[in-house]
Amino acid sequence: MKTNSEKARQKNIIKRIVRYIGCTLIALVMLFPFYWMASTSVKTYTNVMKFPPQWWPNPFTIDNFVDLFTNQPFLKYMWNSVYIAALVAFGVIIVSSLAGYAFAKIKFKGSNILFLIILSGMMMPIEVTVIPLFVALSKLNLVNSHFGLIIQPIFGYCGAFGTFLMRQFFITVPDELLEAGKIDGASHIRIFTKIMLPLASSTIATLIIFSFLQSWNDYLLPLVLLSESTTYTLPLGLKLFASEMGVEWNLVMAGATFSTLPMLIVFFFSQRKFMESLSMAGLKG
Amino acid sequence: MKRKDNSLNKDSKWGYYFISPMFIGFIIISLLPVLATFVIGMTDWSLLNSDINFLGFGNFTKLFTDKLFYQVARNSLYFTVLLIPSNLVICLALAALLKNNFKGVGFFRTAIFTPVVTTVVVWGILWKYIFQTDNGLINTILGMINIAGPQWLYNAKLAIPVAVFVTLIKGLGLNMVLFISAMKDVPEVYYEAARIDGASKLRQFFSITLPCIAPSVFLVTIITVIGSLKVFAQIDTLTAGGPGTSSFVFVYYIYQQAFKYYKFGYASAISVVLFIIIVILTLVQWKMRKRWVYHEN
Repeated sequence: MKTNSEKARQKNIIKRIVRYIGCTLIALVMLFPFYWMASTSVKTYTNVMKFPPQWWPNPFTIDNFVDLFTNQPFLKYMWNSVYIAALVAFGVIIVSSLAGYAFAKIKFKGSNILFLIILSGMMMPIEVTVIPLFVALSKLNLVNSHFGLIIQPIFGYCGAFGTFLMRQFFITVPDELLEAGKIDGASHIRIFTKIMLPLASSTIATLIIFSFLQSWNDYLLPLVLLSESTTYTLPLGLKLFASEMGVEWNLVMAGATFSTLPMLIVFFFSQRKFMESLSMAGLKG
Repeated sequence: MKRKDNSLNKDSKWGYYFISPMFIGFIIISLLPVLATFVIGMTDWSLLNSDINFLGFGNFTKLFTDKLFYQVARNSLYFTVLLIPSNLVICLALAALLKNNFKGVGFFRTAIFTPVVTTVVVWGILWKYIFQTDNGLINTILGMINIAGPQWLYNAKLAIPVAVFVTLIKGLGLNMVLFISAMKDVPEVYYEAARIDGASKLRQFFSITLPCIAPSVFLVTIITVIGSLKVFAQIDTLTAGGPGTSSFVFVYYIYQQAFKYYKFGYASAISVVLFIIIVILTLVQWKMRKRWVYHEN
């Protein structure tokens, strides 16, 4: 009896060790590319070209980053990407929380069909609408402007998904809260801003993460619309920089590291919320 | 329903006010462009010609004889067929491995999830660097065990598989998290019953876990198919469609026809085909998603 339980315990320990080794190997495979990117970004050009490669950068140099900031408008790219994504997230929150609230809590004629129509926006991705959007924006002289990059996600996929998500949330809010507000004589705008929005903060955070990342990742629309380097977003600026630099991987990887770092830092501080938000978007989108 | 009639009338006005920004925006930014794509797809509009002719379904019949379009369709299909099973098997295995809490599980989940929050363009460029023929990390490691690595990105047979691999690694974390949350919803009593019956872990996985999370597996599959059809940034950064046209996929072909050759008509016809496929897949997905959607009736 005793030897049996001891055997079981030994088996358990071995199992655990195997699991840790397996997990560590997987984590290594996933994280090594990031290490490779970061370490290349602090190597000199000659050392990048060396064979066999340097596993650890020596000498360690920040010249690549200095070059990035002095000779390339990477800070400008970063600013463009950040402010566009922030406006997208903000816009998505406004239009989709308003619509989501109305669809969940206000009875009006045709609300079901209108909801389905807006929801159908989720099957009209930018890949399909890019040609007419480009034509329209160029007719309006809005190429080389960020206008299209900001409004397309708000009223495209992100907004449609956001409306869906907010409606799902507001449905779970008990009607009594709304009735109480109405008895006090509050208008819908007041009920919406003072009662409903604060309750929805977690869903709103989900939607902010989702739409910010969508805009942050956007590549096709900037590629099509922007041709002046001061208007580039990070993905576009980095792609063109990489094609221009060719094998100067130390510089390209410095650009890549600089483009990735801010998002990674934010991610590491709120991993749980990120994972929850993005998987929710996957499920429901 | 409980409300009085007069407040109901007043209410409905607010309903329209509240949805109008989203609704009007949707009409202008999504619906009209989709309709316009259909219309442009029936013309021979090109920025290089001054006159526009209406062709009816001319572009679509032309697609059937366009060898490059066949290759594009084949490549997109190949991409999807390679990605779906590998993605499912690996993500299910990772989810099974990391669903229970143990010390350090958070770190491992985060590590696998990190590529998800990395921009596709950065990810593509990073792997282009790693997959370089001379001096690339992969070929260096292969060289250490005396294998001469192939020209990953300049080989017509390897371009698509490499792009699939890069896409696969990027999305693992997201699908794993989806599967973990589905697995956590499986009632523990099923496993207890199975343990009493002496079922092995593997047997438990195939007889309990997999059937219970089947809806999630199905959803992930559809999402992955739609994602595969929309692949663009990876291809553009890794191979730029090459070598030759060997890694041309739907969106890359649309982009090339519309914004390199300025054939808006023909490119729109390809967009219409893509749109129809996406609509069918999305409708199937919604049908299956019903259980997540709240029903008022």
